[in-house]
Amino acid sequence: MAETKEKSLSDEKPKPRVRPIVRLGIFLISHSFHFSVVCCTAGVLALFLLPVLAKNTYISENALMPGSASPMLSNQHVSDGNRLVKDLTNPNSKSSETGIESHKIIAQYMLDLGAEVSFHKFHPQMNQFHPLHFFSSPDSGKIQENYSCSSYGINTVGIIRAPHGDGKEAIVLVTPYNALKSGFGEALSLGIAYSVFSLLTQVTWLAKDIIWLVADSQYGEYAAVAAWLREYQTPKFSSLSTPNAEMCPDVNNLFELKGHSISGSKFSNSFRRAGTMASALVLKVRDQNEQFEDTISIYAEASNGQMPNLDLINVVNYLAVHRQGLRVNVEKLWSLLNSSWLKSLGEIFESLAKVAKSLYPKWKFGIPATEYVEGTATLASSLYYQALGVPTGPHGAFRDYQVDAITLEISPKFSLDKVWRNDILLRGGRLIEGVIRSVNNLLEKFHQSFFLYLLTSPSKFVSVGVYMIAFALLIAPLPMVAASLYVDANSSSNCSKGDSSTPSAITDTDEHSIAIRSWRWLNSAKLVFIVHLWGAIVSLLPYFISQIPDCSPTTSFMIWVLLSILSLLTLNSVLASPLACAKATQEKEWALVKSVTISSVFIGLGLMSVINFATAEIGALLMVPMCLLAQPLKLDVRAGTLRSFCRMICNLVLGHIAFPPAAFFLLKGMLDGFGNANVGDFWMWVESLWAWNSATYLFIGMVQLPCWVLCISILFHTC
Amino acid sequence: MVLLQRPHILLLLIGTHQFLQCWIAFGSVNEEGQKQEEFSEELLLKPLPDHKLLAHFHFQSSGPPSTSNGCHHHLFPKAISQLVQKFRIKEMELSFTKGRWNYESWGGFDPLSSSNAKPPGVELWAVFDVPQHHIDASWKNLTHTLSGLFCASINFLESTATYSTPEWSFPPASGNVRYGTLPCEAVCTENLTPWLKLLPCRDKAGIALLLDRPSLYRGFYHSQQLHLTSTGSSSEGIDSGIILEQTLTVVLQPNSEMAIEVHASEKHIQPSWSLSSIFGKQVSGRCVLAKPSSVYLLLDRGLSAANGLTSENFWSNPSFELSANPDRIFLEESSSHSKSLSILYMFQVEKYCESEPFDIGLMWKVPVAWLCQQTPLHASRFLMGSGNERAAIAISLKSTQFTEGFMSANSKDGSCELRVDVFQVVPWYVKVYFHSLRVFVDQQPRAVSDIIEKIHVSPSKDKMSPGVMEVVLKLPCRVNTAALTIEFDKGFLRIDEYLPDANQGFDIPSAIISFPNFHASMVFLEDDSLNKSPLLSKFQEKCPVMSYTEVLLVPLTTPDFSMPYNVITITCTVFALYFGSLLNVLQRRVAEEERFLKAKAAKKTGRLPLLLSKLSAKLRGSGINQN
Repeated sequence: MAETKEKSLSDEKPKPRVRPIVRLGIFLISHSFHFSVVCCTAGVLALFLLPVLAKNTYISENALMPGSASPMLSNQHVSDGNRLVKDLTNPNSKSSETGIESHKIIAQYMLDLGAEVSFHKFHPQMNQFHPLHFFSSPDSGKIQENYSCSSYGINTVGIIRAPHGDGKEAIVLVTPYNALKSGFGEALSLGIAYSVFSLLTQVTWLAKDIIWLVADSQYGEYAAVAAWLREYQTPKFSSLSTPNAEMCPDVNNLFELKGHSISGSKFSNSFRRAGTMASALVLKVRDQNEQFEDTISIYAEASNGQMPNLDLINVVNYLAVHRQGLRVNVEKLWSLLNSSWLKSLGEIFESLAKVAKSLYPKWKFGIPATEYVEGTATLASSLYYQALGVPTGPHGAFRDYQVDAITLEISPKFSLDKVWRNDILLRGGRLIEGVIRSVNNLLEKFHQSFFLYLLTSPSKFVSVGVYMIAFALLIAPLPMVAASLYVDANSSSNCSKGDSSTPSAITDTDEHSIAIRSWRWLNSAKLVFIVHLWGAIVSLLPYFISQIPDCSPTTSFMIWVLLSILSLLTLNSVLASPLACAKATQEKEWALVKSVTISSVFIGLGLMSVINFATAEIGALLMVPMCLLAQPLKLDVRAGTLRSFCRMICNLVLGHIAFPPAAFFLLKGMLDGFGNANVGDFWMWVESLWAWNSATYLFIGMVQLPCWVLCISILFHTC
Repeated sequence: MVLLQRPHILLLLIGTHQFLQCWIAFGSVNEEGQKQEEFSEELLLKPLPDHKLLAHFHFQSSGPPSTSNGCHHHLFPKAISQLVQKFRIKEMELSFTKGRWNYESWGGFDPLSSSNAKPPGVELWAVFDVPQHHIDASWKNLTHTLSGLFCASINFLESTATYSTPEWSFPPASGNVRYGTLPCEAVCTENLTPWLKLLPCRDKAGIALLLDRPSLYRGFYHSQQLHLTSTGSSSEGIDSGIILEQTLTVVLQPNSEMAIEVHASEKHIQPSWSLSSIFGKQVSGRCVLAKPSSVYLLLDRGLSAANGLTSENFWSNPSFELSANPDRIFLEESSSHSKSLSILYMFQVEKYCESEPFDIGLMWKVPVAWLCQQTPLHASRFLMGSGNERAAIAISLKSTQFTEGFMSANSKDGSCELRVDVFQVVPWYVKVYFHSLRVFVDQQPRAVSDIIEKIHVSPSKDKMSPGVMEVVLKLPCRVNTAALTIEFDKGFLRIDEYLPDANQGFDIPSAIISFPNFHASMVFLEDDSLNKSPLLSKFQEKCPVMSYTEVLLVPLTTPDFSMPYNVITITCTVFALYFGSLLNVLQRRVAEEERFLKAKAAKKTGRLPLLLSKLSAKLRGSGINQN
């Protein structure tokens, strides 16, 4: 279109009216530089404005009605819970090596309440790299050959059937418990759960069944919960000839419980189920706490940045703050809290808001600077954990089955007297009771409130409609710049040729050359494609490296780097060499490569923003400036102006930062200090990413790394 | 004054009494010597192992074929007889149930549980005596009539997508049967009141007086049934006899307010109860129209065995105490497969009156624990898989180890087989792949043809009919576990096909698991057949053991229900853009525009073209600069 326009302009004819939308496009493309500067700045600014734009949370689903019923948990239940805590912390119960005694105690307590009890034995599953399992649903798990009697865990499950309910739905309460080395906190969390459980066996308002899962956390909290969920949702009916847990003597020992229980029919060694899970709560109590207040921390991020429905967090927050007087915490990046630049930014926003308010009293968008700093720290951690794609607790296992779940960690102010313990049992129990009662009220599943949000404080959130603006502004210049680069690369050679030939002699040969030139971008596309192919190979390599036995992280990382470089060189020599012939016409080659790179980055970021927004946002912050600024260093050196010098410096800095391992070490250094950085750390981090099936891993391997390589190749382009 | 008034009242009472008696005599004795209309009221109480009490009310009205009275009845509810006549119903059963029957602790092998344990919600089946092509029309009319009669949304069963035609696996096997369930129907007093209206004394006298709504609906299980059987052939158009059985089964927790204290002090002793403590009411005499009016207390086999009761010592029982002396005690006829016998205590309500109301209580003295007799296999059903695309239904059968001796007795020449019938209806939006049926026996995958003896499948048609699967399984007797799995696709519904509260999910009705080899019956030794109770004779009938599985909730993908608005907006925008540009193109003539431009250029007036040309020059200039 640009060509036709230019033709028409050169013909000096009266200009036909061009459609406004086309004119706007042309305008934007021709001013792409200013446009991209404005958009990127606005994008970054919008990101920093998010804490200011955050809205207060509200309970969207009317049926939840949190706190409308007065809590029924009485001191009777609390003393019941206390009894369990005493029995569990009693040194006699720890005599057994496998901790079976404490499981028996818990089961006996559940049975006494009239609940249905069963044990679930599981073998911890090793995390393995399945290259194609990133987006598939969880399967029933492979049967591993090397099961032994010594390595199994036992989950104790108690189920209360709702007396009037139809048993279609269930609410799950999870307390991780390690029978071998349990702290006082774990016992206390069991005490809280037990007091709630004993209340729920008596109430008449229950409409959904209650499942209390005491997850054996000796192989990790997540593994135990995931194993139970796997058995619940995708059980295996056929057992092959692998040694079963039933054959191990210890487990049979467990079922002696049946003998001396009078209501024996309530106990069974078969797996028990209730209906579809409505939601799940994971309850933990922290052992030590430095804070002076009873606080409760909410962890909500599941795999690939999935969040539970905001209403669940709202209910917990509302009940904890307004009913039980607990302080609610969401994860923060603590290092950001003391940063002075953030504080000054907050002060600027605050003063701006003041000015705006003085101009027009109805404009009330400012927040105090301290609040801004806290909001930013929370937002940053929210972004970070979502981008990481690794669940922050056992609740992540539930999200894989579309169950809304959160982890509540109560950290009481540390003291040992009995009054305090009763107080924590009472308040924690009432909080759990309130949440369960609210969820019990639900007729439908959680669907009213947001699933896509970032938290800036327990009671403030940024919804998808707001935070997408920052991202959209960041990536908006990409297609414009790509188009303008493409037009430039084509038209510049066009102009040079057009000047040499007389205007009257526009022959078919010229048209032919134009046709060839307009297809020149295919060469660059080929290069970009090869680099992306290489990215895919690089991201598959760890699967093979992990098969090598006895390999330390550092050596694994080294092997990975070596193999990556080797494969890049091989690919380049095999596939890319035929392209290098047409050197003469390629003085603008780098511009075309840059144009195609930018387009591919745009597509990659756009796709990633659908899968995991936070990854895309952080990736865009790194990659967009790098892509936009990339220009051969030779050109900058040749130009020698201040502007090109600045650009060169920026390019070099960005070229270092945007390299994924470098970015990782930089981030790690900022968070933990640079002292203990180790090369192997990156390997471990990557390992954890693919173990959790995080899409971030794919993003790094297939979008960011190729983009970085292409940008570096543009920087060192010989033109 | 008082002294004067009394004789009058007495006289009046005597008068009414005599009148009533005359009236009853008139009603019961027919000139032609035909059978008379009868009504019976009975209540059966049965302690359950988990500290609960089962109360089973059984009211039976029978209307014999009467040609003389036309369409008039003395006792029999007119609405029901009209219903039977209009739709030519051979047999019909309607049940309203709230809560779940706990097969594990309340048993599943006795006639009480196999005929009164029902799936939650409404279940209706009917057998019609009309030509094949009229059945569906009759069924539709019947659902509407019942819906009006019982204030329930039974009319939703009218659509062909909700009811099914079982071929042979449904117990009242017959080709003319129609079966439908509404799993999410809420059951409430407004369903009970019309049901009570069918009783001649309503709840104003007799045993029905006990039906105190708050205590009934506080229970753990509540199932209200209506069973109709028409006797005699009616194909010739002659009025047939009808037997109407109305049963109400409730499972209650005796003294629930004291449960905590009982729990704390003596955990294992069964709670003591009395009629007045459970229902808050007492029976002040029978309904005068009821012929047998009696209350039974049933101690089932397990309980009597745990008590050490045998046929010799049941009179002097040490472990519990009854507050009233039973009028009669029945012992179960000893059968081959169990040593212990059930014991039935009978109390006749006729003996009691207003001044001396009937109230029976049971006081436990020592802790007793027993187990109810269970079905040969315990069935449970659950959903497998995750995600919104595919899932699977699994029916798992687990041996209860309870009837092992019975089974071995049943075996013939070592190769003993246990027959299990499965009847499963799935709504059309759950698209079942019947080829994916898999069978596992004792954790080993087995070929379908080895285990399944007979299978009948009618695939669902979208929005037309549900999918029906009827399977006969032949399992080895010593089976421990068996499982059936079948995969399905979750359907994608149109917005108007979603039910209200679509975000809750969709229900898959209960599957019926029946064991045709086993019959639950309880035969009591009776010395006189004069005073035959309908309840006891019902117990003697051989009914196949069957159990219902849980109702499943399938979460389907739901649209944002504000979607119609969005769709309308987007569609309108697209249409506006499309037609706008189309009109624009059609309207424009290229040559004319050029001519117009030329004319304008010739004139060289106006500021707009000047501006435009300036702008274009600038654009070009900047473009060149960048190059």
